[in-house]
Amino acid sequence: MEIPKSFLGYKRENGRAGTRNHVIILPVDDISNACAEAVSNNIKGTIALPHSYGRLQFGADLELHFRTMIGTGSNPNVAAVIVIGIEPKWTKKIVDGIAKTGKPVEGFHIERTGDIGTVMKASKKAQEFVMWASEKQREECPISDLWISVKCGESDTTSGLASNPTVGNLMDKLEPLGVHLCFGETSELTGAEKVCATRGATKEASDKFMKTWSAYNDFILKEATDDLSESQPTAGNIAGGLTTIEEKAFGNFQKIGNCKFVDVLEPAEEPKKGKGLYFMDTSSAAAECVTLQAAAGFNIHLFPTGQGNIVGNPIEPVVKLTANPLTAKSMSEHVDCDVSKILSREMNLSEAGDKLIETTLRVANGRLTCAEALGHKEFVMTKLYRSA
Amino acid sequence: MATEIIIHDQKDNVGVVVIEKITPKQECTCWIMENDSSTSIQSKDEIPLGHKIAMNDLDEGDTILKYGHDIGKVVKPIKKGEHVHVHNVKTKKW
Repeated sequence: MEIPKSFLGYKRENGRAGTRNHVIILPVDDISNACAEAVSNNIKGTIALPHSYGRLQFGADLELHFRTMIGTGSNPNVAAVIVIGIEPKWTKKIVDGIAKTGKPVEGFHIERTGDIGTVMKASKKAQEFVMWASEKQREECPISDLWISVKCGESDTTSGLASNPTVGNLMDKLEPLGVHLCFGETSELTGAEKVCATRGATKEASDKFMKTWSAYNDFILKEATDDLSESQPTAGNIAGGLTTIEEKAFGNFQKIGNCKFVDVLEPAEEPKKGKGLYFMDTSSAAAECVTLQAAAGFNIHLFPTGQGNIVGNPIEPVVKLTANPLTAKSMSEHVDCDVSKILSREMNLSEAGDKLIETTLRVANGRLTCAEALGHKEFVMTKLYRSA
Repeated sequence: MATEIIIHDQKDNVGVVVIEKITPKQECTCWIMENDSSTSIQSKDEIPLGHKIAMNDLDEGDTILKYGHDIGKVVKPIKKGEHVHVHNVKTKKW
């Protein structure tokens, strides 16, 4: 297949391109959710991103909170942002961070005004932003403007046999075209960690990966009260035939094809070393991982599933693929790309990779994903430890 | 050609059922992806889609190989053609 050299995206002030054109209402903290949701109810075409945290966090956990907030607002799939927090200082910090992209952003704090007054002021600004954004047109953008993140979920053995290798095949074909790519799931590489480390593009990247994986593994060993068999593999994984974390890890690892990773990112950290594949230190829980990747600037997500994970994200479209024929049939409303014919050998891996590239570009051009049509907007902040 | 079982790597001692299920004493065709070759096996158990079958006899303490790599240890003897899963294989991690 000849791969198209461009897609239709929204060009942003900082040179990035979006596959979506969202105006978001971003609460700084848990107690500002009500205000943010009221604004998005008032002003059609805006999305509120309620979440559970943002109070009394400190240290690396607070840094991650700000990085995720600022990164989400800065994502090129977002045209403009309203930030609402209880206090002015942290609200301003997030506004200033997002403003560096050059996109319209305005902050509102609730103290000394109350919910109702804040909702009124923020709604007026949100209306202005959404009407401005509604005039933005899709333009031809080079395919290298795609930043593709990947994460698999509710995996079974069909993931490792077919849907994950399909993503790997896409990576092998798109990497030479200059796209950014990202995989994560630190815990779900356990068992395959040494093989994964050999895929660092440099010794530095390999060493950084082993350090990151070891830190996560030490944490798991310290906190675990049993062998983790209740969580890893999950009950869904086991029902689908996956027996051990090692088996899951080698299946997971198929997603990167033959690519080598150029760097290891902190959670929600924006890649800084140019095009190519990056590994991000993330949890393997679907919504947490996709939220972190979106906050790092990735503008389209590929999500292979075996038993049928249904996750979506409010700003980064999540393209689902499955190779499990039962899932493709019984949960068809969640499946953007069915590659189950690989198992019956009616489709080879390269054909499946081409089919996924075609689906990915259609979604990049504006076709809604199943998760978007079904209203999946899981926005889940990663919290590193308890608050002060 | 109809394929009931797919094996990732020539070295693997398990294969994955890729039809809705196989039944006891079923003659199954296995496709080895790594070198595009075929082999066959008779099943001993009913095994559903996505679950593994032992390609040879395995003793307690043996290593299960899939993708050509170590994916866990045998904790109960397994006969060729039997179902391989959490009842007879455990992780070596955690």
